[in-house]
Amino acid sequence: MQQSPAAQPIVEIRKLSFGYERSRPVLRDINLDIARGSVVGIMGQSGCGKTTLLRVIMGALRPSAGEARVLGRATGKLDAEGLYAMRRKMGMLFQFGALFTDMSVYENVAFPLREHAALPDELLNDLVMMKLQAVGLRGAAHLAPTELSGGMARRVALARSTALDPQLILYDEPFTGLDPISFGVIVRLIRELNDSLGATSVIVTHDVQEALGVVDYVYFMAAGRVIAQGRPDEIRRSHEPFVRQFVNGSSEGPVPFHYPAPQYDVDLELATH
Amino acid sequence: MRVADVRARLERLGSGVTFHVLRLGFASRFLAYLVVHSGTALKRFRLTTAEIYFAGVLSLIIILVSGMFVGMVLALQGYETLQRFGASESLGVLVALSLVRELGPVVAGLLFASRAGSAITAEIGLMKATEQLSAMEMMAVDPIARVVAPRFWGGVISMPLLAVLFSAMGIFGGYVVGVQLIGVDAGAFWSQMQAAVDLRNDILNGVIKSVVFGIAVTWIAVFEGYDAPPTAEGVSRATTRTVVTSSLAILFLDFILTALMFTGGNNQ
Repeated sequence: MQQSPAAQPIVEIRKLSFGYERSRPVLRDINLDIARGSVVGIMGQSGCGKTTLLRVIMGALRPSAGEARVLGRATGKLDAEGLYAMRRKMGMLFQFGALFTDMSVYENVAFPLREHAALPDELLNDLVMMKLQAVGLRGAAHLAPTELSGGMARRVALARSTALDPQLILYDEPFTGLDPISFGVIVRLIRELNDSLGATSVIVTHDVQEALGVVDYVYFMAAGRVIAQGRPDEIRRSHEPFVRQFVNGSSEGPVPFHYPAPQYDVDLELATH
Repeated sequence: MRVADVRARLERLGSGVTFHVLRLGFASRFLAYLVVHSGTALKRFRLTTAEIYFAGVLSLIIILVSGMFVGMVLALQGYETLQRFGASESLGVLVALSLVRELGPVVAGLLFASRAGSAITAEIGLMKATEQLSAMEMMAVDPIARVVAPRFWGGVISMPLLAVLFSAMGIFGGYVVGVQLIGVDAGAFWSQMQAAVDLRNDILNGVIKSVVFGIAVTWIAVFEGYDAPPTAEGVSRATTRTVVTSSLAILFLDFILTALMFTGGNNQ
């Protein structure tokens, strides 16, 4: 659809719809491609369906119509084994890291390696240390997740989700609740890890300004549809009212300030019956 | 109006029953899946040993202290009644049979449900609420095999051992009160007990009970945790439900098992 690389996109979504109930679709007729090697943002308001889209890409939800092809395979048609085989090539960073609280930082990073690769202890140790070094937390290996700050926890989770050198890394709201320094560190790491692993990254976020600085391409979503797309500079220049409102963080625009409600005077019992 | 009232009530009753039947079915499928996917928990037995430590070893103090007191009370109450009939030498039999057949498995089961069962539910529920289980799934690791199964087997293995220790401690408590404090003859206390308690009919049946209770409590605990809504309120409700449901299950199952085990007349 866009972007230069000639290679087949790593994620192809065609005419995808999804709803928890038949009558209320959450995603409607979505088409998008994610090119190999790129960092792509999926942005939109809370509740616009972007996290649902992420769950469809990772195979946790099956599309009601259309298909999502990841690494060349339709996720909705895979059985549990096929799905697990596919997920070994993917990494996912959860909103607050989702570190295992009963394990140390070291064991958290070692977890996917222990589960999937029968490595000798020395090699395992080297790998864990390399992953922690990449996120700057080799010195924190012995700490418990409860002893980490929010930003550190997310860096450990990043080390863990890249432990198996994934081809595709998914980020669910990676910037939520971070101070400016931690934020800068995470942005840098997303780019560095993507480029050094030769991976592809998908960032789902509503922190538009911050994310526009790191991504190569953006899809904007509203009410379950893709309503705009383009490179960050194109998005910044966009005249689409919704995109303008979102990028500027304005309370005036197509997205109303008020949640749908009955007439104000009716609620205040001022109206004559 | 009245017909509508009755209908509304019937509908409420019906939907309540349907809900619980559905949940029981869901819980049964969960158990079947769990047992089929127990390979990891048994092959990497260290995972299960860790859970035996949490469910079993950490419950030891409450089990041993409670067992001791239950045995002491049994001896006091038993002596009071038995001496009216001039049968105070049978105190050892009374204490041992009550504990081995009934109180050991039942009271240890109730304590186990409130100490270990609630902890298992809360831990699994919180792991779900903080997306740790989803994270595991995203790493292509089945959380039922990796997290739930070891906890299940840890609980199932711990429970009979705790019940046996409870009974042993209770008998010791009965000895302390009956023989040391009240002055029942020690020889009569032990020898009558030895003669009356049967390995198969009494001890084995008691152990079978505790195994059944262990399976029931741990099954309820892991299911409630896994099924809990991923919120603070959801986890707290699930924890309460674990304790209430497993206590009722223990008492109900105890009645059924007692009816099956001890009414055949073969041990009279």
